[in-house]
Amino acid sequence: MKRLLAIANVVGLTMMLFASTMALPMIMALVYADGAEDAFVDGFLIALGIGAFLWIATRRFRAELRPRDGFPLVTLVWLGLPLLASIPLLIYFDRAGIPLSFTDAYFESMSGLTTTGATILTGLDTLPMSINLWRATLVWVGGMGILVLAVAILPLLGVGGHQVFRAETPGPMKDDRLTPRIASTAKALYAVYVGLSLLCFLAYRVAGLSWFEAWCHMATTMGLGGFSTKDEGFAYFDSLQVEIVAMVFMVIAGINFATHFTAWRYRSPMAYLRCPEAVPYLVVLAVTGLLVSLGLYLSGVYPQALTALRFGVFTTISVATTTGYANTDYTLWPLGIPLFLLVLSGFATSAGSTGGGIKMIRVVLLIKQVRAELVTMLHPHAVSPVRINGRVVDPRVLSSVAAFMLVYGASILILTAIMLGTGLPPEEAFSAVLATINNTGPALGRFGPMGSFSALTDFQAWVCIFAMLIGRLEFFTVLILLTPTFWRR
Amino acid sequence: MKILILGAGRVGTSVAENLVSEQNDITVIDTQAEGLRYLQERFDLRVVHGDGTQVSVLKAAGIEDADLFIACAARDSANLVACKIARVMFNVPRRIARVRSAEFAEHAELLGDNGFCVDAVISPERSVTNYLHSLIEFPEALQVVEFASGRVSVLTVRVGAGSPMANHSLDSLREAWPDVSARVVDVVRDGRAVQAGSGTVILPGDEVVLIVDTRHARRAIRQLRVAEKSVRRIMIAGGGNIGMRLARKLAEDNYSVRLIERDAARCEFLSTQLPNNVLVLHGSGTDEALLTRENIEDMDTWIALTSDDEDNIMSSLLAKRLGARKVIALINRMAYGELMQGSHIDIAVSPSQATMSELLRHVRRGDVVVAHRLRQGVAEAVEAIAHGDRKTSKVVGRRVSEIRLPTGASIGALVRGDEIIMPDANTQIEADDHVIVFVPTRQQMARVEKLFQVSASFF
Repeated sequence: MKRLLAIANVVGLTMMLFASTMALPMIMALVYADGAEDAFVDGFLIALGIGAFLWIATRRFRAELRPRDGFPLVTLVWLGLPLLASIPLLIYFDRAGIPLSFTDAYFESMSGLTTTGATILTGLDTLPMSINLWRATLVWVGGMGILVLAVAILPLLGVGGHQVFRAETPGPMKDDRLTPRIASTAKALYAVYVGLSLLCFLAYRVAGLSWFEAWCHMATTMGLGGFSTKDEGFAYFDSLQVEIVAMVFMVIAGINFATHFTAWRYRSPMAYLRCPEAVPYLVVLAVTGLLVSLGLYLSGVYPQALTALRFGVFTTISVATTTGYANTDYTLWPLGIPLFLLVLSGFATSAGSTGGGIKMIRVVLLIKQVRAELVTMLHPHAVSPVRINGRVVDPRVLSSVAAFMLVYGASILILTAIMLGTGLPPEEAFSAVLATINNTGPALGRFGPMGSFSALTDFQAWVCIFAMLIGRLEFFTVLILLTPTFWRR
Repeated sequence: MKILILGAGRVGTSVAENLVSEQNDITVIDTQAEGLRYLQERFDLRVVHGDGTQVSVLKAAGIEDADLFIACAARDSANLVACKIARVMFNVPRRIARVRSAEFAEHAELLGDNGFCVDAVISPERSVTNYLHSLIEFPEALQVVEFASGRVSVLTVRVGAGSPMANHSLDSLREAWPDVSARVVDVVRDGRAVQAGSGTVILPGDEVVLIVDTRHARRAIRQLRVAEKSVRRIMIAGGGNIGMRLARKLAEDNYSVRLIERDAARCEFLSTQLPNNVLVLHGSGTDEALLTRENIEDMDTWIALTSDDEDNIMSSLLAKRLGARKVIALINRMAYGELMQGSHIDIAVSPSQATMSELLRHVRRGDVVVAHRLRQGVAEAVEAIAHGDRKTSKVVGRRVSEIRLPTGASIGALVRGDEIIMPDANTQIEADDHVIVFVPTRQQMARVEKLFQVSASFF
């Protein structure tokens, strides 16, 4: 119990930090008087109050975090923040006379923070700017991780910061630090994130979006979330320049930010070649993009080759990087293509990027392990350890990757079965689970890029929320809390 | 400060552990993943798995912007080569190597800029041996460390019940010692520091830290603790490097020394290396029969120096029970040390703290000449040189009372040329004074360092 209170203390502090990000949409609402002023002022005060209360009430129990405390801390934070994030949404829709259910508000917030980008709202174009800004902010903050931000700027976490960092950042091998101190590593990652975000913002503006649209789309591009300010998404802009900017920055955000940092520090693109993920990632994106375009052209969806290329490549990058932007309603394409892309979204992005799924590095490791296995079958005396960049990978990492894949597959099967049980058609059930567990966003059928998830029942929505959470935190952080051993003293 | 440590063995681990919390960015390199994992999980530092004598590994560990390179791998050769690489390839400003063999230190040209480019050599074995030797020379003290080339000593003493100082205040202490330059800087009661003012009364059982002119040291300690019978007979368990060095040193000082070693071959080696007045015994320090047969009850001091903490603790407890007058145990693990010090074991010696003292002066900013850890590593005392003038320095030209020291810290002594001054509130500090400062918790050290840094305009 004492440990939990010590954890609650950090959760309180993180909540206050998170609440302060609400200041941006609040100021926007006040300046433009867009109708959501009350929602944000009240929401800001309530969120700050909850955080402060938790922080002050548990002050006496403050203690250095132990290794295992990272798991409940991260899970609690990721359950608590969507709660705070949904406060302004609830207040706004309530006062506007179209009340949003708690489930829907929580779904929307969780979808933003986990960078899923599946929306339950309709009529985005008519929403106040500040609400759209808030949705985009959630994606941006959730992309790199609020706890990574806390580790970077709050000195209190110290050694425990390492545990928290590990529990929140995706990927199987997290012990390679950029700098000796965890706080400066977190700072370095955020510096790269902020720098690239500014570039993206300016690029969107130059490509023709308004300042506001550029800002919102920058946030959801860099976070690989996919929230848009328009119901139709990128189809609304119908601009090749904007789409090119989006594609370039989605590709960039899908690469490990530690690799970006190394490349920038040594001013050399060699870092990308040495990164075990970047090259396979780019190759997979390029090959798939071309194949999809070819498929669209041959099947006659787009009779013109260049049009097929534009829509094929954009959709491939958008879905595979788990963003979920759409410049056309790709659910109308032959079913195989979007389904294949959804499956691909589970594999493409790198560890340490803002994308979801099981990450390219795990696939690389798995393939190498299979190859090693085959070699040993042919040459029983062969010594063929799995290596990455010439360094032998710890067998413990390999077995954790195998276990991860197993859990990933099992989760998809079980959750799909549950969704089928609630009466969804197979295509929708499977795609909704895939789209949420990979943090991609739009699924198929009614949940496609031009539709929304509002057709979900409350129960189905909670299944999706759970899928988004375990997908973002990579299963084990959450699942470990469900084991009795963890709670035994 | 950015520090690169080579080797995650016993020395490397304790160095990393001791430096990690003090605003240092630390990276540890080792070839064994096991030790690195231990460090990574417990401390906020970076680990790099690989051979630290390879340029690529050093580069991956960020040696290019390191300020200090500490090589403390197990092999001398690896440490020396790594230091050379650090200097030649990366120009690391300061390089320290742990060197076991005494032969390198005897040939300065080997370590100099034309040799292996080592700025300073640390030798844990040598530090511990010196430390144990001083404990035997001052049998009344729990810890003795020296400043100003040995002219000033800082002693930690437990006050005996019959001591003339027990139940007296610090004020009356000064009156009782008209001809001794000494000053009490810290009083520890039941393991906790007492805020020592001039009215503080010393109780029997207190641990007292005092700074004293070395010439008066013996007289000063006698005041605090009933003089012990002088030490003649010493038994040492464990004939490793430390045991051998200590036995040789003690034999030269004409103590009667018995050395117990478990390994027969090692015993033979020891008997050829040590002078004739050292009796080498083959057996275990935990063998009751052996100890009794060798008249343990007549021993003035028992010292357990094996590499195994548990063995040292058990054999020391046993020796005490069998009648050894005073027992000293070498205990590596900090937790064990705190547990055992002041129980049946009279003194727990931590080799890592002795090593740290050697290292600290290289890590401290400002012109720190000597730094020592006190009280199991909690407190620290440093000798720093005051530079600059009233404008550029925060200490020079000021009276002691005007210097803004952290709470509990105090200026224990000043060394001005040949003179040793025990300052009072009105003593003024001059340029180039060596100032000896006691700091009760080492986290406060950063503020003391700042005091002694000269502001930029000095240059």
